[in-house]
Amino acid sequence: MFYKMYLWLDERLGLNSLYTNILDRPEPKGNWWNTLGSASLFLFLLQGATGIFLTVYYTPSPDHAYDSITYIMNGVAFGWFIRGIHHWGATLMVILVFVHLLRVFVTASFKYPRELTWLIGVGLLLLTLGMGFTGYLLPWNQKAFWATTVGTQIAGSVPFAGEFILKALRGGSDLSALTLQRFFMAHIWMLPALLVALIGVHLYLIIKHGESHFPTKED
Amino acid sequence: MSGPNRISRRDFIKGTTAAIGGFIAVTLGVPAVAYMIDPARKPGGKESSVKVGKLEDIPVGTPYPFSFTLTKVNGWERTSTTFSGYVLRSSKDPQDILILSSRCTHLGCQVTWREDKQAYICPCHDAHFNKTGGVIDGPPPRPLDRFPVFNVDGDGNLIVLVKEA
Repeated sequence: MFYKMYLWLDERLGLNSLYTNILDRPEPKGNWWNTLGSASLFLFLLQGATGIFLTVYYTPSPDHAYDSITYIMNGVAFGWFIRGIHHWGATLMVILVFVHLLRVFVTASFKYPRELTWLIGVGLLLLTLGMGFTGYLLPWNQKAFWATTVGTQIAGSVPFAGEFILKALRGGSDLSALTLQRFFMAHIWMLPALLVALIGVHLYLIIKHGESHFPTKED
Repeated sequence: MSGPNRISRRDFIKGTTAAIGGFIAVTLGVPAVAYMIDPARKPGGKESSVKVGKLEDIPVGTPYPFSFTLTKVNGWERTSTTFSGYVLRSSKDPQDILILSSRCTHLGCQVTWREDKQAYICPCHDAHFNKTGGVIDGPPPRPLDRFPVFNVDGDGNLIVLVKEA
């Protein structure tokens, strides 16, 4: 019966050809370094899932942000677990995305016809760092507050436009409730939306071109 | 090396991937669900004593309104909720007291005693309750709830035992 249901769905969705094209596509001989992109994707999904769960209790307001996180850590069943995964997953994701970039660089996989994949990948690295930067403020503890003070101050040291950039980032000249709110917004809506869009193009390009061969001695 | 029970390398990889994937899904999914429904599993039902007032100040024969506020810690915040009710003394006997909650048994609005209509009226769906809390008309499924446990202390104060939801 399940097979019949599968056939019904397959006829309408084309699951079989989807499977062949995406998961069963021919690949050059590779090694574990080729799995870093998939690992980054997995971490992105994991961060998305745990992040959604964190917003069940988290409140982006200076009055309650810290208290709500203390509550997640001590008052909710498995709150420490969900937040722990999100915390360490974030660090691991930055590392993995960067090592993924190094691998692509070292094996010269960015060359024709994959230049666009590379450029979008650089965008994805910057967005990942942006996620790290905006997420760091959300616990609203001393470390978060001063790290963001310093981070936005650095952005504000740009010649001529610095003052404007600083105010735009902070939502005013001081680090305030507005800063927390807009960092939260960027962290859960804007940057993830951009990430999803760019990941979509990145994956499409990988499926279209296939993975590159490792360069040989002759290359 | 190829017997009938031998699984292919490809099937082994598929099986292992499914097993590890399933393991990750379960170790993540079960805590996630527990995390979501946690507030529903917290024990409630804390009891507190509420002082209504001097018994001698409460009239006999007409419902006497009272209210009290309980503070509860909800997550990272303290929430104060005001409850109210009516004390009805049918005689001078300090045990002959009926204490009703003014929370309508239909959907929880506040009922008010109307002397001219001789009824508690709920503003939400125009339900009527009689003096002792019985349903006269309207949608409520049962009479007004009662606070059954009360006592009069040494100073003549009426004390009601209240159980939180």
